[in-house]
Amino acid sequence: MAAITDTTNSEDKKDYRSNSLARLTLRRIIRQRSAVIGGTILGLLILVAIFAPVLAPYDPEEVLIGKEDIKKRSSPCIHLLGCPEDQPQHILGVDGNVRDVFSRVIFGTRVSLFIGFSTVGFAIVIGTFLGAVGGYAGGWLDNLIMRFMDVLLAFPSFLLAIAIVSVLGRGLQNALLAIGIVTIPVYARVVRASVLSVKEQEYVSASLALGGSHFHILFTRILPNAIPPLIVQGTLGIATAILDAAALSFLGLGAQPPTPEWGTMLGSERNQVFTAPHLVFFPGLAIMITVLSFNLLGDGLRDAIDPRLKQ
Amino acid sequence: MTQYAIRRLLLSIPVVFGILLITFVLARAIPGDPCKAMLGEKASAEVCERFTRDHGLDKPIPVQFMIYMKDIVRGDFGRSIRFSRPVTQILIERLPTTIELGAIALVLAALVGIPLGVISAVKRNSAVDVITMIGANTGVSMPVYWLGLMLAYAFALLLKDTPFWLPPSGRLSAGLAAVPFFEVFNWNLVPGTFIYQFMDFFSNMYIFNSLITADWVVLGDVIKHLILPSVALSTIPLSIIARMTRSSMLEVLRQDYIRTARAKGLFERFVILKHGFRNALLPIATIIGLQVGTLFAGAVLTESIFSFAGVGRMLFEAITARDFPIVQAFTVVISVGYVAVNLIVDLSYVFIDPRIKLD
Repeated sequence: MAAITDTTNSEDKKDYRSNSLARLTLRRIIRQRSAVIGGTILGLLILVAIFAPVLAPYDPEEVLIGKEDIKKRSSPCIHLLGCPEDQPQHILGVDGNVRDVFSRVIFGTRVSLFIGFSTVGFAIVIGTFLGAVGGYAGGWLDNLIMRFMDVLLAFPSFLLAIAIVSVLGRGLQNALLAIGIVTIPVYARVVRASVLSVKEQEYVSASLALGGSHFHILFTRILPNAIPPLIVQGTLGIATAILDAAALSFLGLGAQPPTPEWGTMLGSERNQVFTAPHLVFFPGLAIMITVLSFNLLGDGLRDAIDPRLKQ
Repeated sequence: MTQYAIRRLLLSIPVVFGILLITFVLARAIPGDPCKAMLGEKASAEVCERFTRDHGLDKPIPVQFMIYMKDIVRGDFGRSIRFSRPVTQILIERLPTTIELGAIALVLAALVGIPLGVISAVKRNSAVDVITMIGANTGVSMPVYWLGLMLAYAFALLLKDTPFWLPPSGRLSAGLAAVPFFEVFNWNLVPGTFIYQFMDFFSNMYIFNSLITADWVVLGDVIKHLILPSVALSTIPLSIIARMTRSSMLEVLRQDYIRTARAKGLFERFVILKHGFRNALLPIATIIGLQVGTLFAGAVLTESIFSFAGVGRMLFEAITARDFPIVQAFTVVISVGYVAVNLIVDLSYVFIDPRIKLD
């Protein structure tokens, strides 16, 4: 008898698990072609970032003058494609400071992914706090926070980021802070909308009636509802953050040489585009592939998690 | 409508006030002496004393903000550190170039993006749809400056000595000049006066100027110089507009009234354009308005690549030279312009969809 009960329980459990929200969502994500393509590219990029020291043949900041017989801004040399064996192999060529471009592009993956995740992480934390407090508290506090967010949104975001960095001073840290600040309103709005949509629900009132603190209710009953749209917005936001950070570095406001950052690499060789186009082409291609992976993943996640957000 | 317009205009005032407040706070947040930051490191003690007195820097912060607002309302953005000239004057000279470039890029983005989006939606999941969406996703992920540099390389170097060659920089070829229309028409305007500056503003839009002066050689040259920067600048807005048009059309084409229109036996083209597109236009108009911000931001990068003497390039140079009065003024003007464009888009809803009364 006991054995029969156990079997029933385990079947129930299995059935419950196979239809859990997470599994259903995962199944829906896998069905989205763009999410799979974006996720696969991103997975590869993460692997490249982790194994950069293994994949890169040179130190990305190592100047090769005197170490190898090679001229600055040399074109790519791949032995398999007929480049003479007596020449050192640099599959994407060398830059104006005689550094291996391939190694710099590989290490640039680390910098760009760090930029994307850190700026969006910062913006999500601050935006969630502001949106949650505003939406939950309502009244003048909500008005004050959201009007401030409206003003921040009234600026073209990249322009505001430029103004902030030109005040804070150039450098990667300040660029990240600037991009983080200008993207806060997007997340604050997403969270506030989620909070507003559930704060009057009966289960929230029930929690309150059971004596739950506002803090407890906000973080365990209300905010979990904001996670799906935040994931979607965050993924798309990383794409924009990487593009903006690279643009700031291109203008000389973000990462400074010799940091192997793609925007910086592009910016420092932009005047050589007619004589050494490879120095401009590959870092730009790397930016595009990375941004594309986040955009595809974000689009796919949006369609799978919350089709209402589709625009 | 008028009532709505006035209300919407009044609602924009706090936003503009907020923009001014943030730029004011940013100006005060510059580390070090504000006088040195605004007038340059070489400013003498005497000059600094006068600057402090004139701008009320020795007064309480709210008073300083009032002085700042008063200056901006009068169109006084201070003097450029690098050029020792009023910023407003530089703005008047540079803004037409950016407006011309931005307008062409926006028109290009709309003219290509909207039809692509409509075709994609109508032929959903076809090869055209897949290719368009791959293109749109790629376009939206592309750094503008990279695309600009690659276009310059392809069209100015690889296609040199072919009919497809295009100039990689500048607004006009050497030896050509766009003579202002008021000089061509012999209007005796006194330099420095308001009317002169007003006319000069429009004459700096070379396409407009060469069109009304019928200078076809200059017109052709200007257009040739504008192709690469405007294509680079329009890529992201074009991709976004195409995506938005597609999803908006898909939403509309699912509606019952489309089925009814088809059931009535209307021509498919009529159903799509008259019944479908007309109703899908609202979100498309909104997204086009929002692209103005992208265009201004993109102009900073595009103009610096193609050596275009617009506000974008000026802003880039000002950042490099730490010419903060220019950065501040350009940020204010562009952001207020962005608010104004979105206000106009909001008001245009009533023309796009007559059901909206905006009361």
